[in-house]
Amino acid sequence: MSLQTKLKSLVLSNPTMLASGILSETSGCIIAAAKSGAGAVVTKSIGSVPREGYPNPTVVELEFGYINAMGLPNPGIDEFGKEVKDSLGCGVPIIGSIFASDEKEFAYLSKKMEEYGVAALELNLSCPHAKGYGMEIGVDPEIVRKIVSMIKDEIRIPVFAKLTPNTHRLIEVAKAVEEAGGDGVVAINTVKAMSISIDFKRPVLANRYGGLSGPAIKPIGIRCVYELYDALDIPIIGVGGIETWKDAVEYLMAGATALQIGSAVRKRGLGVFRNINNGLRRFLEKEGYSAISEIVGVAHEFS
Amino acid sequence: MSFHKAVTIKEVVAEANGVKTLRFFLRRKCLPGQFLMIWIPGIDEIPMSLSYIGSLKGITVKEVGEATRALCSLRPGDQLGVRGPYGRGFSLGRGSVLCVGGGNGIASLMPAAEALKRDLVDFAIGAKTETELVFVERAKKCSNYVAISTDDGTKGFKGTVVELAARMMDKKKYDSVLACGPEPMLFQLFDLCKKYDVDCQFSLERFMKCGIGICGSCAINGIRVCREGPVFSRRELESLMEFGRFRRDASGVRITF
Repeated sequence: MSLQTKLKSLVLSNPTMLASGILSETSGCIIAAAKSGAGAVVTKSIGSVPREGYPNPTVVELEFGYINAMGLPNPGIDEFGKEVKDSLGCGVPIIGSIFASDEKEFAYLSKKMEEYGVAALELNLSCPHAKGYGMEIGVDPEIVRKIVSMIKDEIRIPVFAKLTPNTHRLIEVAKAVEEAGGDGVVAINTVKAMSISIDFKRPVLANRYGGLSGPAIKPIGIRCVYELYDALDIPIIGVGGIETWKDAVEYLMAGATALQIGSAVRKRGLGVFRNINNGLRRFLEKEGYSAISEIVGVAHEFS
Repeated sequence: MSFHKAVTIKEVVAEANGVKTLRFFLRRKCLPGQFLMIWIPGIDEIPMSLSYIGSLKGITVKEVGEATRALCSLRPGDQLGVRGPYGRGFSLGRGSVLCVGGGNGIASLMPAAEALKRDLVDFAIGAKTETELVFVERAKKCSNYVAISTDDGTKGFKGTVVELAARMMDKKKYDSVLACGPEPMLFQLFDLCKKYDVDCQFSLERFMKCGIGICGSCAINGIRVCREGPVFSRRELESLMEFGRFRRDASGVRITF
């Protein structure tokens, strides 16, 4: 039983990817994730210049998830070329994630990433806590349309837009991606959140606000993917609280063609990819399916 | 349970020039070599190795930047945020052990030494100068023999702690070396351990943000110092090509040692 799945021209040997920002800033970690069975690795979001991110605390651990506000730390696009170069032999596609404040900067970063040899691009239009980036521009369908169409004019590799759930305009933004020629959407990024220390009577994160990830947001991710599947013809990559093969199946049934896994690496280690893939394979065999594509969106048949 | 918790400082001990130990009660089981994330509200949150792991825990802080300066200015009754313990500590086997501490690195070795049989442990403690030596008396209580080095010769052997360790390893066959200190020192000591074919475990330091293995900022050849470390075995160190060569700054840019 093959777990192969396709996102336009990008073929993955299995539907799991390491989500952006999780252990994907250095070649060593990218290679480790590839060896652990991930079907693709999405890099940390890279910008034009080196950026240190926010001071600590940048992470809060909760019972059912994490809130983080790293502040997009990254070594900058020029330095990152070394990490991509050292990672290219890892055996699975590398998807370059980028963030920028306008379409020109996005186009510049896209070209650089394509030159480095990544297999596809992911646009960070959804980070919930960086001023002037991410969600601040990713909630406006017109800005998103401009960004995606300018990038599509510049490069040939597939372009996926990572969307934020922190808007009532999710579908409009996704349609803008599709109409501008985007090759797929990634849903969802973290949910804007906060944690307060009652001992110190103040927010824990240095940035005050952060993004909630982990099992706590899975039902939100499932809902978004389900809605997007009804609205779009381009593939959807599902992400948000996937820890087990059952979570993966749920996302596929909601309409995802591929999956990203992030926070689960904390609790389950990099073995999470192999575990999910093994579980998926067993499930498909037991239920009499012969390919992933046969269960994508099946939950819509009853609506 | 590793969530944020506020603890009240019970005791502040001046250990040496610019070095203080903060003691506080924390009912969480901690192993030698593990660390806590220490939150100083409004300033920063930084990883600190535990220098005491009983119910009255301790961290030993050297003033090097804003966060450590703020920690050193705290008094009994003040509060700190902690989460953890995190990481993998020292694995304590049998046989004779040489503990090699450079500067403040000695702090994370003390709980390991105290967990071992006194007559099996020797110490090599090094600092730049006599007034920066830490935990010499404490080391004497839990070991067979304590040797000291200072770079300027104000106390003990004049030279580096690696040179001191070389003399000790020349005279006596140890079963293992436990060490913590600046990476260039550890890198030299690693060569020494290979030369004398002695097993070793070193506690490494990298720029760390989340402390729980998801951000990747502390990774060294794809291995997370906060999860798979901070203590690494000789075999693991041999596979880490970045060890002793370069680290990464807060943005992830490579910095050569």
